Amino acid sequence: MTFTREKDFGTPEATGEAVSLTIDGQQVSVPAGTSIMRAAAMVETAIPKLCATDSLESFGSCRMCLVEIEGRKGYPASCTTPVASGMVVRTETDKLRKLRRGVMELYISDHPLDCLTCSANGDCELQDMAGAVGLRDVRFGFEGANHLEGCKDESNPYFTFDPAKCIVCSRCVRACDEVQGTLALTVDGRGFASKISASQGEGFLASECVSCGACVQACPTSALIENTVIEKGTPDRAVVTTCAYCGVGCTFRAEMRGEELVRMVPWKEGKANHGHSCVKGRFAWGYAQHRDRILNPMVRNSVDEPWREVSWDEAIVHVASEFRRIQNSYGTRAIGGITSSRCTNEETFLVQKLIRQGFGNNNVDTCARVCHSPTGYGLKTTFGTSAGTQDFDSVEQADVVLVIGANPTDGHPVFGSRLKKRLREGAKLIVIDPRRIDLVRSPHVEAAHHLPLRPGTNVALLTAMAHVIVTEGLVDETYVRERCDTEAYGEWAAFVSDPARSPEAIEELTGVPAADVCAAARLYATGGNGAIYYGLGVTEHSQGSSTVMAIANLAMATGNVGKPGAGVNPLRGQNNVQGSCDMGSFPHELPGYRHVSDSVARAQFEQDWGVTLDAEPGLRINNMLDAATDGTFKGIFIQGEDILQSDPNTTHVAAGLAAMECVVVQDLFLNETANYAHVFLPGSTFLEKDGTFTNAERRIQRVRKVMEPKNGYADWEVVQLVANAMGLGWTYTHPSQVMNEIARLTPTFAGVTYDVLDQRGSVQWPVNEAAPDGTPTMHIDHFVRGKGLFVVTDYVPTDERTGPRFPLLLTTGRILSQYNVGAQTRRTPNEAWHAEDRLEIHPHDAENRGIRDGDWVALRSRAGETTLRALITDRVAPGVVYTTFHHPDTQANVITTDFSDWATNCPEYKVTAVQVAPSNGPSDWQRRYRAQADQSRRIETAEPAE
Amino acid sequence: MMSTDERLAYMADQILRNFASRGQEAAIAATLDHIGQFWDPGMKSRAAAMPDAPGVVLSDGVRATFMRLRDSQPAS
Ligand code: SF4
Ligand code: SF4
Ligand code: SF4
Ligand code: FES
Repeated sequence: MTFTREKDFGTPEATGEAVSLTIDGQQVSVPAGTSIMRAAAMVETAIPKLCATDSLESFGSCRMCLVEIEGRKGYPASCTTPVASGMVVRTETDKLRKLRRGVMELYISDHPLDCLTCSANGDCELQDMAGAVGLRDVRFGFEGANHLEGCKDESNPYFTFDPAKCIVCSRCVRACDEVQGTLALTVDGRGFASKISASQGEGFLASECVSCGACVQACPTSALIENTVIEKGTPDRAVVTTCAYCGVGCTFRAEMRGEELVRMVPWKEGKANHGHSCVKGRFAWGYAQHRDRILNPMVRNSVDEPWREVSWDEAIVHVASEFRRIQNSYGTRAIGGITSSRCTNEETFLVQKLIRQGFGNNNVDTCARVCHSPTGYGLKTTFGTSAGTQDFDSVEQADVVLVIGANPTDGHPVFGSRLKKRLREGAKLIVIDPRRIDLVRSPHVEAAHHLPLRPGTNVALLTAMAHVIVTEGLVDETYVRERCDTEAYGEWAAFVSDPARSPEAIEELTGVPAADVCAAARLYATGGNGAIYYGLGVTEHSQGSSTVMAIANLAMATGNVGKPGAGVNPLRGQNNVQGSCDMGSFPHELPGYRHVSDSVARAQFEQDWGVTLDAEPGLRINNMLDAATDGTFKGIFIQGEDILQSDPNTTHVAAGLAAMECVVVQDLFLNETANYAHVFLPGSTFLEKDGTFTNAERRIQRVRKVMEPKNGYADWEVVQLVANAMGLGWTYTHPSQVMNEIARLTPTFAGVTYDVLDQRGSVQWPVNEAAPDGTPTMHIDHFVRGKGLFVVTDYVPTDERTGPRFPLLLTTGRILSQYNVGAQTRRTPNEAWHAEDRLEIHPHDAENRGIRDGDWVALRSRAGETTLRALITDRVAPGVVYTTFHHPDTQANVITTDFSDWATNCPEYKVTAVQVAPSNGPSDWQRRYRAQADQSRRIETAEPAE
Repeated sequence: MMSTDERLAYMADQILRNFASRGQEAAIAATLDHIGQFWDPGMKSRAAAMPDAPGVVLSDGVRATFMRLRDSQPAS
């Protein structure tokens, strides 16, 4: 693709009945509600404009877009005037030209005339419009009062605000209000004195601004401009690709200048994000060029030794021979691997293929184990498929939204913005979360009910909601009768109706007043389309799978599955969690969620791959680590995951890794796990490879290579090198061939090819003969499993209990500007917002312990101890503390225990009994760990060549 | 830290507790099915050996489950 700006229709799309009119003599038919400006743009007639852009409602302030309409007086603004049947519009007349030129003159007289040296030269709508209206001269001169001396705001690390270039069109203010929903910007003052200001004139960084970039994108001039454009110049080509951070899956135009990325601009046609983004995808991509990246393979005999850089050939041969040696000595099942939800579908598919075909066992697991494995189990059991039921657009038709154990404005920000928009339009919100997340109350959004339950009581609370729905006769009986297994429903209904499961009976346990539970249940059951969105606050519990099933039960009982506006929607953490699970990354499932014992499915793969596959499930990550300490598991290939930092009970993980003979880590950076590795294979970034990611809506989207891999190979090529060194004879020359194989072997992907993706932009699986365009809403006429299955979800309290030694409950989460273990975001200016993890503690609990805001505190659990600084806030209830886990120095997982979900072993990150006490600084463990890590990261300097 | 045997016994017990409302017999059957679907052969044979080996103390439910697992394992 060469560089062209995305077309701007001026005002948003309308959806009414078709209306015909004439524009400059041309017959046009458009939906009622369309503006004249948009109708004209649809037939390639560009009406000059400044304050209008199609991501925002029209505003009508600049008066550039005037038109003449036959039979009407005056010159109405085309952006604010809707079309009408039979209307005859003229967009270019002498009078209009004169009026527009007059408007333009006023703008230009208060604008610096430094176009040639301006960073936006060639990419500025003001400049374009001056040309379009034929401005040749400014009668007012440049001597009058003006704003040319305004002071730049350079506080935000990613963009600059230059008030001298501002034309006060308020596009930025409206973008922040309408698209992002943060309302950080205002127009201060009136008339000539008006100016744009972030919050109370604090500057962008100190304001509420979350640096989403919507205002920058909306700005028609260089008043708001990316710093990278100032530094590198305007782009000369653009490639559409997909964000590699979270499961929202925003698509972007990677705008390039030669081989250099200049900026990432959210793609308007992206169906997951519709042209919006968050700070991470939009700006935090600098890690891809960070000096910490390791670009050469490295090997060492023991983890005490420094790393030795070697050639790719040597590294690959070493890996293959070590793995074969281990298998010869300890058996076929003594090695395994871990796929990454950060990598592409094609890459995860190849890693699991390497393991099943090449290692000859099913010892493959994925980082989804520690986040959404209960979603897979719970939704497969109840609905028949391991995935969310809707597309994101569905939220626009939701009447009641129940958010449980998720914090979309931080974790899934672009979806969070869309949700807020829907809530501003009047949908009702129920939040179930121990913490008062931003959604509970933010500008123009307020939850109807916030149920701040004690961590670990999700199942009891959801069952109590079901109790209300069943006992008060709020069940959608027709739906249940027609769509669900009625026998299972009967058992479930009897179970939840037991008075022991009523809101009153569990009030003391959950800490939520019964009246609030009743009110929330009634609202969800009777408020119209009810949509449930959930996150890791649901899955990362000892009853994670039960909670997912309890959610599915509620949705089925109220008839809220199988239609737009409703459904059960897991908000996936990483960019490709859905995809990595789809691709057969679990030890018991082949691609497409078919059990390894399914001989028909196995036969398909066996035929294609020319081997006999193991019919027994393999080991999960935690069982691999156990087996390692027992001496039966000796080698592992870990692609793109930092299990030492991200998995629970760090001490257990470290012991398991230390007991292995060959740990191979493939990553961008020497991560914490690499401290225990014998081979390091450098990884490539999403900018350096082709492939696909599948987002939380099951949407398969292309990742496109915009630059050569700095390490020499894309990750899929590295897997192929290892496979071939082990004798597998793979011959892929492009990831599209891997996708063809996936489609051939996976019924839900049968209709997916790169051509289809290029033509349609994206598709949501299942894509097959029955649904060649994909499936935005699942289970429409019937559940994938046939009848929806209600499952009795008895509340089983976690074994992690508070007591006198550990009286507080720790729960964990993440923050907008950082991402998971922080390997990427910590290597970007996002550090400006969150440079360290803090422990949120309620004022009462802090006071009882003599802790002041900002003090260092020791956080102890039965598993370990760490230190961090305290943040005193009533966002958390008394008895509950909260922290993020983005920084390796904090090592929050030293604290978490290895209790886990009963069905999937997803770790119970969200409940740990702890004590908090004042402290002087890092714990012994942290000091020892740092020393060990420093020791382990040494790289031997190569001898100079003779 | 738990030993692997202790962990397997704990895992089985946790699964049993989550099926407990179905009654002991059905809970054991559901747990066995779960183990069949999700545990690797090494874990299964360790679990099958536990009822006859000294060491980890097993709850009644876990003992019954592992004994049935033992009896269903192909003779090796
Ligand atoms: S900063 Fe840009 S978008 Fe905002 S008012 Fe000024 S010119 Fe318009
Ligand atoms: S970057 Fe986003 S949050 Fe910040 S002012 Fe602009 S639109 Fe608002
Ligand atoms: S919301 Fe997620 S996918 Fe979208 S830009 Fe942010 S991190 Fe990337
Ligand atoms: S573009 Fe219509 S008034 Fe500004």
